[in-house]
Formats: sequence, C-alpha cells, structure tokens
Amino acid sequence: MSHLEKVTDTTAGWMDERLGAAGYVRKSLNKVFPDHWSFMLGEIALYSFIILLLTGTYLSFFYTPSLTEVVYDGSYIPLKGVTMSQAYESTLFISFDVRGGLIMRQIHHWAALLFLAAIVVHLLRVFFTGAFRKPRELNWVIGVLLLILGLLEGFAGYSLPDDLLSGTGARIFHGIILSVPVIGSWATFLIYGGEYPGTEFLDRLYALHIFVVPLAILGLITFHMLMIWYQKHTQFAGPGRTEDNVVGSRFFPAYAAKAGGFFFLVFAVLAALGGLAQINPIWMYGPYNASQVTAGSQPDWYIGFLDGSLRLMPNWELSALGYTVPFNVLLPTVIMPGVIFVAMMLYPWIEARRTGDRAYHNLLDRPRDVPVRTGIGAMSVAFYVILVIAGGNDVIASVFQVNVNTMTIAGRIALIVVPPLVYVITKRWCLALQHNDEELLHHGIESGTIRRLPSGEFVEETVPLPLVYQLSLGVAEPEPQDHHSPAPVGTGFEKKPALERAPDKDGFFRPRRSASNGSANGSSNGKANGKRPEAELPQLEKSGKDKPPS
Amino acid sequence: MRRTSTSRTRRSGYAVVLLALSVIGTLYTAVAGPSAATEEPASSQSMAIEEGRDFYLSGCSTCHGLDLTGGAGGPSLIGVGASSVIFQVESGRMPLSAGFQQAPRKDVRYTREQIDALAAYIQSNGGGLTLPEGDLTDGDLQLGGALFRTNCASCHNFAGSGGALTYGKYAPELEQASPRVIYSAMQSGPESMPRYGDNQLTELEKKSIVRYVRYISESEDVGGAGLGRYGPLTEGLVIWVVGITVLVLMTLWIGARA
Repeated sequence: MSHLEKVTDTTAGWMDERLGAAGYVRKSLNKVFPDHWSFMLGEIALYSFIILLLTGTYLSFFYTPSLTEVVYDGSYIPLKGVTMSQAYESTLFISFDVRGGLIMRQIHHWAALLFLAAIVVHLLRVFFTGAFRKPRELNWVIGVLLLILGLLEGFAGYSLPDDLLSGTGARIFHGIILSVPVIGSWATFLIYGGEYPGTEFLDRLYALHIFVVPLAILGLITFHMLMIWYQKHTQFAGPGRTEDNVVGSRFFPAYAAKAGGFFFLVFAVLAALGGLAQINPIWMYGPYNASQVTAGSQPDWYIGFLDGSLRLMPNWELSALGYTVPFNVLLPTVIMPGVIFVAMMLYPWIEARRTGDRAYHNLLDRPRDVPVRTGIGAMSVAFYVILVIAGGNDVIASVFQVNVNTMTIAGRIALIVVPPLVYVITKRWCLALQHNDEELLHHGIESGTIRRLPSGEFVEETVPLPLVYQLSLGVAEPEPQDHHSPAPVGTGFEKKPALERAPDKDGFFRPRRSASNGSANGSSNGKANGKRPEAELPQLEKSGKDKPPS
Repeated sequence: MRRTSTSRTRRSGYAVVLLALSVIGTLYTAVAGPSAATEEPASSQSMAIEEGRDFYLSGCSTCHGLDLTGGAGGPSLIGVGASSVIFQVESGRMPLSAGFQQAPRKDVRYTREQIDALAAYIQSNGGGLTLPEGDLTDGDLQLGGALFRTNCASCHNFAGSGGALTYGKYAPELEQASPRVIYSAMQSGPESMPRYGDNQLTELEKKSIVRYVRYISESEDVGGAGLGRYGPLTEGLVIWVVGITVLVLMTLWIGARA
C-alpha cells in the first residue's frame, strides 16, 4: 500500500468513525478526472469567484451604500470639501485611507473582469467540443444562468461606488427599463424608488450585490459541480478512452494538488494585476452628478456588447395612438440579449432536434469534426466581438484617429456581413482539417522517401501515424496498417460517415477501405452508420451508447 | 497782377493747410502718444510688434494674408487677440502643415518670446482677448475639478485623455497642454470647443480649471499603471490580453504535467 493510498484510507477512516462516510469519502477521493488543459478554464471562473467573495467581504467592512450627502474630508486633496454621497465617500475612504483597501478594491474589480472572461472562455470550450450534449444539457443551462447572473452581479458592483461612471451606467440602465412598453415607467419607479435617481437604488443594488446574486451564483456553482461529479467529466478521444470510462488522474492527490495549485496561480495573476494595473480610478471620475458625463464612458467589458448594440442601432421609433415604442433602445438592449440568452439555453435541444441525436455522449467532439456547430460558434463570436468593438467606438476613434461616424456605419455593415462570412469560412476550414486528418490516417506521415517501382512509377513512402494520434482522431479501433505500401489501408473511420460521403473533387482524400475492415469496425462500434439526408450536420450523427454512464 | 494775387492767395492757402495739419498732427501725438505709452514701454512693445510682424510675414501671411484680412484658406486675424495666437501657436497647431478636419497638435515652431511677439503684433491689429497677468494656475483645485467635470469632461474625458467628436473631429488630450494653452483655449474657443467668456467662467474659475488639469496631468497614477486613463475599455483589453492569456498558458503548463 502506497503512502498516498494510506492517506486516503486514513482520511476515510477518520470520517467513518465520526460520520460513517468511509465508502463515500474513499470513492470521492479516488474519483478520476480527465486531464486536459481546456478542462481547467472553468476553474479560473470558480477561483475568481472565491477571490471575489474574500475581497468583497473585506470591502463590505468599509463601504456604506447610502446616497446621503456628506462633505469629503479624506486624503484625496482634489476632492477635499466637495459634497458627495456617502457611498462615494466610503469608496474613496477604502481607496485612500483603509489599509490595503485600494489593492483589495483593485483585486476585487480585476477578479470580476476575470470571472466573466473565464466564464466566456469556458463556455466556448464547452460549446465547441459539444460537451453540452445529452446528458449534460441541464448543466449547460446552469452555465448560461451563471453567465447572466455574473453580468447582473458585475453591473451591480459597477454601480455601487456612485462615481461619475457608475452613475452614468445607472442612468443608461434606467433608460433601458423605460424603453420596455407598458411596464417600463412603473418598473423604473419600483426599482429606483421614485423619479431618477431616487434614494433607494444603491441600497437595493447593494442587497443584490452582496447577498442575493452571490448566493444564487454560489448555489448554481454547487449544483454545476455536483452534476459534474455525478455525471463525470467528459473527455477527448484517446488511448483507452471510451464513452463508458474516464481516463485521468484521481481526485486525490493529483487532481487536488493541481486544482489547489491552480487556485494560487489565479490568485497570483489577480494580485499582480491589482497591484500593478490601476482599475476604475473612481477618484478621477469624481462624485456622480446627473448633469455631468465623461467622454469615453464605457461599461466594464462584459456589458460592452450591449453598449455596442445600442450604439449601432439606428434611431427607429414607432409612435402611434399617443404612445412611443422606442425600438432604438428596446431592440438592442432588451430584445436582442433576451433572444440571445434564450437561444443559448435552448441550443442543446435545438441541435439534438436538428440532428436527431438522442444518444448519450461522454466523449467530446473535436471542433473540426462538427463543422456546422463550429461555424455557428465562430459566427456568434464574430457577432459578439463586433458589438464589443462598437461599444468602445468613441475611444477607438479617439486613439486611432478614425472617424467615429464611419466606425458606427462600418459596425452596422460588419454586424450583418461578417458573421455569415465567418460561418462559411469556418465550415470550409473544418472540412479542410478533416481532409487533412483523413490524409494522415489513410496515407500516414510523409517520410520524404521516394521510391521508383520497376514499372517506372514513383511512389512516396509514408510512415503510419502513431497509434496515440490515431486514437486522438477519434478512431475507434485502429487496424494494423501497412503504410509502406503506397496504397492506403482502411482504418476504423466508420465513426465519421461524412468522410465516406465527402466529395473527392478537390482531390484531397479518397477513403478506400476493404469490406472486412468496415464490417469489423461496424460491429465493434455496436452501431450501424446511419445515412441521414442532412449533409450539413453529418458528424452529429455519431451515436453513442443509449444508456447512462456507469 | 491779378494772376500774381491769385497765386499768392493759393500759396498762402497751402501754408494754412500745412500749418493746420502740423498743428493737428502735433496735438494728436500729444493726446494719443502718452495713452499708448502707458501700457508698456513704447520701445519694447513696438519692437515686439515689429518682430512679431516679421514672424507673421514669414510664417503666417501665406494663408492669413499680408494685411491680416485672411485669404487662401486662412481666416482674418483682425481682432482675434493675443489669446487666440497663444493657443494656436504655443500648442503647435499653427502654422498648419496641411488641411485636416481639425488642426493637429504638433511640435512648437516658435520660442515663448517669439510667440509673445507674434501675439503682440496680432493684438496691435484690432485688439481682442488677452491672457490675464500672473500665474494662470492660481485657482482653487476642488472648484476646478467640479467645473472640469461639468464643462470639460464630456469631451476631453474625466482624466483629460481626450475623446472623439463627430466626423473625425476630436477633443484632444490635455496632458501636453500648458497653462497658457488651456486658459487661452477656454477664452478663444477654438475648433468645436465652446468659448467661455468671463461671464460663463470667471477668471478665478478658469484658473481653477487650469490648475486642476495640470494637477491631474502631473499626478502619478495611484494603484498601478494608468492604462492610458481611457476607462473600462483598456481594462477589458488587459483582462483578455494579460489575465486570460497568462492563465490559459498556465493551464497548458499544468495540463502538460499530467
């Protein structure tokens, strides 16, 4: 018995004597997690959240969520004697007079930006690898909810200091709610406690920011991770990896050590940013005053796409029967995000319906193997990035000396033209990469040796692709190959029926396979190659086992 | 005889006119001379004007005309005042190198004395606004901050980092602007900028704004690198380019140690 196994047993034993949980603890400590760098992206978000809780707690010791007016008498000279809200005063106090206050504030803010950036990167990984497919659709929905809650939490935090920038954000939010037909005006009265800016808004945001939303996020994260625990993590195809097993490191000690270490790496990056890069210098913005605004007012990056859509939207309004429906605000800031988030949540079912794929999936797709999904993802990213750029068009125009009006018009055109282009290019790119894989599998790696046959024909000798790489390409069971002969030998490529059907017109590949190979693999896969009419989504037909993972 | 008396009358007429002219001339110089001399020692002032005229003729007259009335591309400079000259020349905007949407800030082509001479020459042609005497930053810092946020930040940005205006025009960043340039900009209202006369912002208020702008321009960034003082846009760029990139590289590093 190794030392580590002893530790596991001792821990389990200790727990068992007190809680009767030895079996559960031992099982948990021995749980296997697959190793891949991209599976750690979600962890960045988790660790950022923990750091947000820690730094946020410290900030809450000193922050006062009150719009009561006070006269500043702190350390920052240019604001000495200026009348401001208690919220702003206490944030200045944190920044200049609380020991460690500024670095806590800066780490907190950087962690918020990182939290959402990590969520987005993690979401992209899950999307492009098809990790959201059955049985993990619910966890995908929870992930989208976490993103939305993260946006809400970030916006609430952005508004708390009551500086000029956050006040401007609160004002725009006010306008967005006002644009909703019928309930808009009443909703603003409810939220702001009267006419803008009211006196209640900050207290309510504070309750949301430090209690309601973090609690909801914490609950959803717990659920998110319990489901990973229960359903087990997905893995990429590779040696020994199937739909029914998980290959990787045990939770204890390898995975726990990695995860624990990674937490400190995330903390280190955030602490470095918090100490070296200024973020949200509220003292420069000054106290919020409804009559003031600063050029280059921007939301934090994660709300930037909404600001961008607002800036790109033409000034369309519908006035009828004495009422105005302001589509110029309603469409880009209420309807568009609503449609996007609902579509995101429903995507697993949309795709399953489109492909007719109702099978369980524990093996991940390589993005190139599902060109349509990858195309949709890339298209969405393009759409999003254009909106984010448009959200900063005035600063970009100012820094790069571009005409801001030109940027707006270019943004409108790009928003319509670029995403479809990106879709087409990505799809073709994926197909080309598939051809490349096919080439490698069937012809092997070029050896650089040219042989002349007695007949006078020149052939190039190839070296077979190493087994590990063959398995990583999603080949179910590699066949012994004879790559030294110029004729390609068939491999178990039946998992990719598209490659069989894919046209040969570019001369990229010619899957040749003997009948025996095909049938052997067919039976080992335990499935028949379904030939469906949708040539668009051929790879989605990959069906797995129709039973839950053990 | 008759002819003689006519010519004599004519001659005496000339003499009377000459006498009257010389008397009026003398009287005029007696009245006007001292008042011109009270402002500055006549010699240095007129020397500055002369010198300024030379600079004007060599550097400015191509566009603004030999007689300051404007011409090919340049507006008339009669009555624009010394303040306007100081803003345009001390910020390097004039002489203009080419026709832009808006005159860009460039390296200054004249020394402070030369600029003052040029300003004196323009001021001597039709008058106009002049900078007040004394220290232009002699204002109230807190008042300046409040006034800056109300009047200036909407175009020049909260930290004076500049901002975009419509159709390629822009509010320049203010870090490079000297107190004289900031004050004269408020006085003369160049390009798209509004003009802040002494009834909109008093001399003290303008000096307070100058003081605040210089204060924030010279102040160090508290809490780390200022990231250009552009606000959340560059912060977002940093979290993606630095934060996420570094951490993804770290995941690759950890992942490689499986």
